[in-house]
Amino acid sequence: MRMKVKEKVLNWSLFCLMVIVAVVMLVPFFWMFSTSLKSLGEVFEYPPKWIPRQPHWENYARIWSVVPFGRYLLNSVIVSGSITLLHLLVASLSAFAFARLNFPGRDKLFLLYLATLMVPGQVTMIPNFILIKLLRLTDTYTGLILPNVFTAFGVFLLRQFFMTIPKDYEDAARIDGASRFYIYSRIILPLSVPALSTLAVFTFVFQWNNLLWPLVVVSKDSMKTVTIGLASFQGMYGTTWNLLMAAAVIGVLPSIVAFLIGQRFLIKGITLTGLKA
Amino acid sequence: MTLRRKETLAAWLFLLPGFVGFAIFVFGAVVFSSVLSFFEWDMLTKPTFLGLRNFTKLFLEDKTFHLVFRNTLWFVLGTVPTRVLLGLIFALILVRNIPGRTFFRAAIFLPVIIPTVAAAMVWRWIFNADFGLLNDFLYQIGVSNLPRWLSDPKWALVAIVILSVWKDVGFSTVMFMAGLQSIPTTVYEAARLDGANAWKTFVHITMPLLSPTTFFVIVINVISSFQVFDQAYVLTGGGPGNATNTIVYYIYNNAFQWFRMGYAAAIAWVLFGIIFIATFVQFRYQRKWVYYE
Repeated sequence: MRMKVKEKVLNWSLFCLMVIVAVVMLVPFFWMFSTSLKSLGEVFEYPPKWIPRQPHWENYARIWSVVPFGRYLLNSVIVSGSITLLHLLVASLSAFAFARLNFPGRDKLFLLYLATLMVPGQVTMIPNFILIKLLRLTDTYTGLILPNVFTAFGVFLLRQFFMTIPKDYEDAARIDGASRFYIYSRIILPLSVPALSTLAVFTFVFQWNNLLWPLVVVSKDSMKTVTIGLASFQGMYGTTWNLLMAAAVIGVLPSIVAFLIGQRFLIKGITLTGLKA
Repeated sequence: MTLRRKETLAAWLFLLPGFVGFAIFVFGAVVFSSVLSFFEWDMLTKPTFLGLRNFTKLFLEDKTFHLVFRNTLWFVLGTVPTRVLLGLIFALILVRNIPGRTFFRAAIFLPVIIPTVAAAMVWRWIFNADFGLLNDFLYQIGVSNLPRWLSDPKWALVAIVILSVWKDVGFSTVMFMAGLQSIPTTVYEAARLDGANAWKTFVHITMPLLSPTTFFVIVINVISSFQVFDQAYVLTGGGPGNATNTIVYYIYNNAFQWFRMGYAAAIAWVLFGIIFIATFVQFRYQRKWVYYE
C-alpha cells in the first residue's frame, strides 16, 4: 500500500514536470498563432501580449495577395506528392526484386545501394544541380522532383518489410500460375500497407519541409515551394511579423495533417527502420 | 530460357526504373562529384584541373573554412548531448503511467514534423532582442544583462542550438521510448525480487539494455547535426559576421552563390570524411559500452 502511495506521488510530480516541458514545447506554436492574429501595432507592443485584443483574421486573407502564397502551396503539393508517389512505386519495385527474387549479384548490388545512405546529400546535390541546369530543367517541376525520387532509404525499409512476409502466400499463387508482377501488386503490396504508409508519411513530410534543393533549382517566383516562399517572404517583409506568422501557420499545417493521418503506422515504421537491426 | 534466367530477367525488370535513376542521380553523381573536386569550374568557362589544390587550400589556407568547421563542431557538441540526455529523461518519464502521457508525447514530437523554416521564423521572433518573448521572460525573472541573441556573435550560435534542440528532441524521445518498451518486464521483476533499488535497476539493467538504442540515437544525431543548414539560413543568414556560418552553408555559398563548383564539391567530400570518421570512431568505441544480447 505504501508503495502505491509513493508511486502516485512520484507520478504526479513527474506530471507537473511534464506540464512545464509541454508548455515550453508548445509556446512557440501558440505564439506563432497569436502573433498571426495581431495588428502590426500590437505586434510591437511591450510587454508582449499573449492574446490579441481583437483577432485580425484578415491577416490570413492578406498573405495570398502580398505574395502568391496559393501558388507556393500548390507547387509544394505537386512536388511533395509526386516525389512520394514515384518514390513508393520505384522503391517497392526494387525492394521486391531484392527481397523476393534471386539473381546473380543481388546482395552486392543491395550493399551498394545501402552504402549510398552514408553519403550526405550535399555531395550529390552539386552534380545534380549541374545536370538539371544543363538539361534546362531549373524552374521546372521535373527539376524539383526527379533527383529526389531515388534514395536507398525506401528500398531498404520496404525490403526489410517484404522479407517478413511468409513465402507460403506467394507459393500458393505461383502454383495457380500467377506472374511475378501479379504477386507483387496483388499479394505483397496489399500486405505491406503499414510499411508503405510509414514511408509515404516520412517522404511527404521530409519533402514538404525540404529547403535546400528548391532553393538551389528555383529562381522564378511562380515555381517557389512553401519553404523557400516563407524564407523569401521573410526577407522581403521582414518586419510584418503578423503576416509572416500567418504564413508560417499555413506552412506548418500540411505536415501536421500528414502526420496525423499516418501516425498510427508510424511507431511501427520507426521500429522497422533500424532500431531492431 | 531456363527458370533461373527467367528469374534474373524478371528481377532486372523490377529493378530497372529505380536503377536508371540511381545510376544517374546517385552513383553517377557521386563519381562526378569526386572528379569535380579536383577541378575549378564556374559552369561558364572550361574546367581547369587543379589536382589536390582544392583540398590543400581548404586545410591550409582557407580561414573561413576553419571558422565554419569550428562553428559546426560547436553546434554538434551543443546539440547532440543535450538532445540525447533530454530525450532519455523525457522517454523515461513518458513510458511510466503518468496522467496525460499521450498529450505530452504529442507535444514533444510536434516540432519534429514541421518545416525548420517555419520553426526558425517563429524563433527569430521569439529571440528578438527588443520585443521577443525570451528576453521578456529573462527580464521577468530578473536577468538584467539581456543578450542580443541574433546580432551578438557570442549568442547567435547558442540561439541556433536552442532552436535545434527544441525542434528535434522529440525524435530522440520517441526512439528511446521504443527502446525502453522493448526491454522485457520480467527482467525488472527479477531485479525487484533481488532487492535492487530504482537507481541500481537503472544503472545495471535499463542502461545496458538500452545501450543499442542510445548508440543509434547518438550516431543519427551526430550525422544530422553536422549537416545543419536551414536553421542558420533562416535565423541568422550565417551571421553576424560568420558567427553561425556552417559547413553546409559554406558549400551552398560556394556552389550556388559564387559558382565555385569544384571547390564546393571538395568541401562536400570533406564533410563526408568528417561524418564518416565521426561515425567510424563511434562504431569502434561502441564495443566498450554497447551491450548486445
